[in-house]
Amino acid sequence: MRENFMHVNNPGDSSLAVVPEDDAPNKMIVEHLDFFYGANQALFDISLNIPLHQVMALIGPSGCGKSTFLRTLNRLNETIPATRMKGRVLLDGRDIYQDFDDPAQVRTQVGMVFQKSNPFPKSIFDNVAYGLRVNGIKDKDLIAQVVEESLVRAALWDEVKDKLDHSAMALSGGQQQRLCIARALAIRPEVILMDEPASALDPLSTTKIEDLIGVLKQNYTIVIVTHNMQQAARVSDRTAFFFEGRLIEEGLTREIFTRPKKKKTEDYITGRFG
Amino acid sequence: MTIGEPRSSSATASLQFARKTTGAIPRTLTLVAVVLILAILAVLLGSIVLGGIGTVSWEFISQPPEQGMEAGGIFPAIFGTVALVLLMVIAVVPVGVLVAIYLQEYTRPDSPSTRLIRVAINNLAGVPSIVFGLFGLGFFIAFVGGGIDSVFFPEDGPVWGQPAIIWAALTLALLTLPVVIVSTEEALRTIPREIKDASLALGGTKLQTIWRIIIPQAMPGILTGSILAISRGAGEVAPIMFTGAAYYLPYLPGKLTDQFMELGYHIYVMATQSPDVEATKPILFGTVLVLIILTLALNSVAIIIRSRMRKGRVHA
Repeated sequence: MRENFMHVNNPGDSSLAVVPEDDAPNKMIVEHLDFFYGANQALFDISLNIPLHQVMALIGPSGCGKSTFLRTLNRLNETIPATRMKGRVLLDGRDIYQDFDDPAQVRTQVGMVFQKSNPFPKSIFDNVAYGLRVNGIKDKDLIAQVVEESLVRAALWDEVKDKLDHSAMALSGGQQQRLCIARALAIRPEVILMDEPASALDPLSTTKIEDLIGVLKQNYTIVIVTHNMQQAARVSDRTAFFFEGRLIEEGLTREIFTRPKKKKTEDYITGRFG
Repeated sequence: MTIGEPRSSSATASLQFARKTTGAIPRTLTLVAVVLILAILAVLLGSIVLGGIGTVSWEFISQPPEQGMEAGGIFPAIFGTVALVLLMVIAVVPVGVLVAIYLQEYTRPDSPSTRLIRVAINNLAGVPSIVFGLFGLGFFIAFVGGGIDSVFFPEDGPVWGQPAIIWAALTLALLTLPVVIVSTEEALRTIPREIKDASLALGGTKLQTIWRIIIPQAMPGILTGSILAISRGAGEVAPIMFTGAAYYLPYLPGKLTDQFMELGYHIYVMATQSPDVEATKPILFGTVLVLIILTLALNSVAIIIRSRMRKGRVHA
């Protein structure tokens, strides 16, 4: 079946680098992850490999734990009181909960873009420069250079290059979200987590974000939570289906969407629930 | 038989609603209350302005009192009041902001210890101001000041262990602390979680997030707290009468251990201790007018700073 899929995608040329392969190296590996909010268990024994320079989509109905899972990948869940977790999350083979001195170090390598665009009430420039400054970079020329480069990569440079000192709050919703992507790119992460990055945007802005994801995956490993099944199908190489805190099924996106192995996955994808 | 068919005819008969009270009565009542309050305010301010305007002059606000306060100006009291309030703000704002940040960012909002701290703060706000005055005398002057003296100045007379502007300012700071804490907390509560998450997700530490994102965002609220503290502190007499305010001083306070004259206390003294009440009456009115204007001026400065800060900010 996989041959069939590859054939469809890359007729006559199986050497293309973009082929999503099961044997692609894994950027992150999650092993037997349990997560609790107080006494409530939100995630049950999740094991998942996140391959390098691919887009992994996490889908599932509301409250299935996909956002919680995403936030365990950069230790952001720790900031919520009375939570605890079991299991391991590896980044390039290093346990992000054990082998790093502090969560901030993990987060410079695993960046994040949120559902609601959340620029700081500062200038456009200062928003993008924030991550550099909190990580101790003081060289003004370097900061200016990285800010420009990040805005270019986030496909926002042309729209804002003449008003970098304006407040970020004056940008449109779609621009704000691309600014948040630029801000995440500025600290040069290796993995980018996206929590429904386009759910609050109009269709045109959504298309821009999706196009951007397609470009970014050449250099970054991307994990995206989405409610929008078409979006998952459009942007991702692999898809993981979560239901009631459990990982039901994970595989190549094309296979998940055309011939899911589990009945639950099929029911969800065909719109029988969710 | 259809499902929606009414069981009896009474369901379709028109219902006899009680007649509603017309809107006129509550409207009149509330209006009367408002007019009453405005009238009292007008009489109060009017009599102060009328009684004091003839006294207030450049000489009045720039000269010291003369002839047992029956002549001359009130400059030392104005100076003392401004110095006292500034010292109080310097003391109360950092402490109040730190307490609010601790409660909002470092504790779980519903934990028993947090609740206990909140109850304590609310109780602090309810303590009568004369009690603060006695506490200031006992704690700051006798205990802290006396302690400093016995360690550093055992040979000299009391240096720190006597009424002084620093102790009066600290006593007022205690009195106004709840106001600063509560308004800072209000401001911290409105900061969206997403913005804090964004800072953390960019590798910012908690301290960096507080310093670079949370405090700037909360600044208008912190200033509101300062404004309220100034309004409260500038008018209080009870906390300072034991802790540093002087009946009359021939000099201005130049160091933290000096005593000082203060407008509110000056008014109290002139109204109760003067040998000739009639003779001091114009000066009394003038002093009250100056105190009100000064409080308004101090507030205005803070309000202007706050509105400058709010400009260009949008709450997410």
